[in-house]
Amino acid sequence: MIVADRKSLEEILSMVKDYKNILILGCKGCVTVCNVGGVKEVEILASALRIARQKEENEITIETKVIERQCDNEYVAQIKDSVGSYEAVVSMACGVGPQFLSEAYKEQKFYPAVNTTFFGGAVSHGIWEERCAGCGTCIIHDFDGLCPVARCAKSLLHGPCGGSSKGKCEITKETICIWDSIVSKKMEQGRLNDLLKVRPVKDWRTARDGGPRRSIREELTK
Amino acid sequence: MSETNSENNIKSDNNFKSGSNLEKVLKAGHFAFTGECGPPKGANVAHLVEKFQHLKGNVDAVNMTDNQTAVVRMSSLAASHLMIDHGLEPNFQMVCRDRNRLAITSDILGAYALGIRNMLCLSGDHQSFGNHPEAKNVHDIDSMQLINLVTTMRDKEEFLNGEKIDVAPKLFVGAACNPFADPFEYRVYRLANKIAAGADFIQTQCIYNMDKFRTFMKQVVDMGLHEKCYILAGVTPMKSARMASFMGKNVPGMDVPESLINRLKGAEKGKQAEEGIKFALEQIEEFKEMKGVAGVHLMAIEWEHMVPEIAERAKVLPRPVV
Repeated sequence: MIVADRKSLEEILSMVKDYKNILILGCKGCVTVCNVGGVKEVEILASALRIARQKEENEITIETKVIERQCDNEYVAQIKDSVGSYEAVVSMACGVGPQFLSEAYKEQKFYPAVNTTFFGGAVSHGIWEERCAGCGTCIIHDFDGLCPVARCAKSLLHGPCGGSSKGKCEITKETICIWDSIVSKKMEQGRLNDLLKVRPVKDWRTARDGGPRRSIREELTK
Repeated sequence: MSETNSENNIKSDNNFKSGSNLEKVLKAGHFAFTGECGPPKGANVAHLVEKFQHLKGNVDAVNMTDNQTAVVRMSSLAASHLMIDHGLEPNFQMVCRDRNRLAITSDILGAYALGIRNMLCLSGDHQSFGNHPEAKNVHDIDSMQLINLVTTMRDKEEFLNGEKIDVAPKLFVGAACNPFADPFEYRVYRLANKIAAGADFIQTQCIYNMDKFRTFMKQVVDMGLHEKCYILAGVTPMKSARMASFMGKNVPGMDVPESLINRLKGAEKGKQAEEGIKFALEQIEEFKEMKGVAGVHLMAIEWEHMVPEIAERAKVLPRPVV
């Protein structure tokens, strides 16, 4: 899923400082699963903003709503009757949400309440980790399902580098060296030869480097 | 790109790959002795030239580091060119952190055009260690692919995309090797991979754990890698017990045994640096005899003025003229 972190209250307060009537719009997709932009988080943010503005003696009216997915125009359309009644809308979806909203409602102003971070999952309660870089050409079958593009700090295709120490990456002691994992697994399984070749350089056109990407499925477009 | 081009290397007319002094020294069977020089944090050419004077005549070639530890400095390409102007031979270092394949390729052509004949291919320290940790890194290709890119440019006279090069760069190509990073059992295979990618010579990370290095070199020799590539053992004299302790604790992939730290601590007051040099000299003596080791790469970090004395005491002077 897409993982996000909520922005600081100070930053969100600063975004909405000129408004007295806003909507906070949550999303039941990924940001609900990673506990950052679902029903509960929308209400918490609304309360925090109200209290902060009360303290400033500059009260704000906040309505809240959570739709199924902000990355889907069918659900985005659900707010069409009410969206014009606010001075601004704060989206708690990933970075896709405010953009779908902005494209659908050209007269309204939309603000992100979260920083979208990565494609990943929860490794334990409250801890999420990156697993995919969305490079557009998956090669993890060569590495027993582990991705060096997303998980090596240098995206090396021939690792581990000289900074690998006791299974950890040189950048922080919390970051595992994915190349240590890849190599150890290959060695344990007696398949080290898989790694002993010079791989062709990667074609980054399918990644963000090729420009904004589109995915077209002809059978669905008809 | 071919998986390896080590078998079909096209030799230049003189039978050398680049004809650099370092290549000639190694091919003539001499025990090579290379040095290292960091460009200034600024455009202070006078400071750089001062460093050159300590190295000149005492080493066969000098590594010019490329924004080492991700701290920004004068470009290694420009500093390498300045070095040539002052009569020393550079080993131009290039990291993959700061350049995509276009910049890498054009810098290689520029380096050759400016008279550079040795190049060391590196991934580069992560930018989080440096003085611009906010920077975006590149890593379009990695060091293994960089070795392959530059040797393909030299031997097949082709760019990465297969187009022909109008005057190909003929460089003697090196790579780094850290026998002390993990997993240890894989390190010799990674070295083999770099050699298969086309590396002509290898410079190792600073060696302090001699037991582990002996084990590593035995693996290298058993696999016959020393016959396919020149391996230069990395030596950095410790200036103090504090430096040794710091490096052991804080530099990832650096293995500094307690016994060395204790030896430095045990030196008389004011004599820790001398003890560090003595250890380095003992290492060099052993490397001269160690099977598979073709030379020493002396990295006297911000201690260039000690190079003449170390070279003298290591009995590697005068350097061969080839």
